[in-house]
Amino acid sequence: MNQLLEISFSSLASSIHSWLSSAIANATILNVVEMAIAGVCLLVFLVPLCFVLGYMERKVAAFMQLRLGPNRVGPKGTLQIVADTVKLIFKEGLTPNASDKFLFNLAPIIVVVVSMLVMAPIAFAKNFQLWDLNIGVLYVTSISSIAVIGILMAGWSSYNKYSLLGAMRSGAQIVSYELSVGLSIISIVIMTGSLKISDIVMSQADGWWIFKGHLPIFISFVIFVIASTAEINRAPFDLSEAEQELTGGFHTEYSGMKFAMFLLAEYINLFVVSAMAATLFLGGWMPFHIGHWEAFNHIMDFIPSSLWFLGKTFAIIFIIMQFRWTFPRLRVDQLLNLEWKYLLPISMVNIILVTIMAIMGWYL
Amino acid sequence: MFLKDYFGTIFKSIKSLLTGMRKTGYYFTHPKEILTEEYPDNRATLKMFDRFKGEVTMPHNENNEHRCTGCQACEIACPNGTIKIITKQEIKEDGKKKKAIEAFVYHLELCTLCNNCITSCPSDAIVMAQTYEHSVYDKTQLKKILNKPGSKIMEGVE
Repeated sequence: MNQLLEISFSSLASSIHSWLSSAIANATILNVVEMAIAGVCLLVFLVPLCFVLGYMERKVAAFMQLRLGPNRVGPKGTLQIVADTVKLIFKEGLTPNASDKFLFNLAPIIVVVVSMLVMAPIAFAKNFQLWDLNIGVLYVTSISSIAVIGILMAGWSSYNKYSLLGAMRSGAQIVSYELSVGLSIISIVIMTGSLKISDIVMSQADGWWIFKGHLPIFISFVIFVIASTAEINRAPFDLSEAEQELTGGFHTEYSGMKFAMFLLAEYINLFVVSAMAATLFLGGWMPFHIGHWEAFNHIMDFIPSSLWFLGKTFAIIFIIMQFRWTFPRLRVDQLLNLEWKYLLPISMVNIILVTIMAIMGWYL
Repeated sequence: MFLKDYFGTIFKSIKSLLTGMRKTGYYFTHPKEILTEEYPDNRATLKMFDRFKGEVTMPHNENNEHRCTGCQACEIACPNGTIKIITKQEIKEDGKKKKAIEAFVYHLELCTLCNNCITSCPSDAIVMAQTYEHSVYDKTQLKKILNKPGSKIMEGVE
């Protein structure tokens, strides 16, 4: 059993590191090689992840709408998404004549690169993290807001009124909802006293924040999920690509692989947001522990930390998908009302409550 | 008063959103509710409902007899000339002449399945069938003669 527990992502990473450092003497080259390996691993992880999320989305959508979903290609339709990807690869990537060609081609790359950059500080398993920087949470919030530049760029350079409208809506939406996301993240930072992701996860060893933090943290969890759904432009907040009004919004003019990159970025963003929610509120890779139940806690420890992390993340992804297939889309004025009249005041009051709780030590 | 309205709105909307999520959650966990018909696969068991209008047919009994008198009421009722009835004169045993149908020509490719012919028929000679697979390679195959060869009118139908 001990032998089995030894095999973990962190031990794998450290053994690769020690093997590489014995093989390569120069520290700079070693760093570069390790970065390249990490980047390749991330890509190898992300592409199948997007397949899984695409399949999951279509199946969840189908079951919630009393349909069957993809069920022809491969067992239970699992290869449908592969077939779709192959189709997208073979399609022609059109560039409109009047568009700004440089920005038009740059925009999907920026959107994808930004969503991949955000993966860096996420703790996938125990001691397994690409980059455990000391301002991890700040890094995630600041980098993820660059994505709006990519979307604005796509909308502006397409030379299409629908694209421009979609991009403008997206700008208004992301800028507004960033505030609520930031404030609900700050409530966790106040409780933990650190911006470092590994510290935040370690602070939840004796209970996840959503249980330890009582009502105020629960409220900020709900606000985080709602506001981050808006931030990644998913329904019911998908105003920037509202098919019925804007024929696709900012990606109206995109086709082929360029369109696939927007899709890829959407799914990576979905994963990142859910992973952040799991890390901040549900304890990241931390197993579920109850106070002093030693036996129960020990059994929970046997489940690998990566499974805990992925389980929590996929639970939140499922909830966000359920939002998409349950709620109707908001109008622009309703969207901004929700943020500025409800979410922002509530999260501001909530911050005060959390601060009082943290000062008085009214948590477990 | 303002605060009461404010929080009232919040709780009301949360409640209604949760009601919606409960419904979709119920559908997600109960695959029995799925309505999809996997059509080409369930061809053997697929049963159309009684009022489904597939095509006009003329039922014949076991003696190869139909109920059509050749009155052409259906041909007059048809809004787009789908039905053509070719009649002939039959001479009965007692020497009287009687009108009978030579052929009941029905053009499925022109038919809008409006049901006017069936409601106009005084002797209930034609009915709508529940068939639903009508695709053919050539449209001439959709021109159908509804009375079977050698059939004659049923005894007692005037």
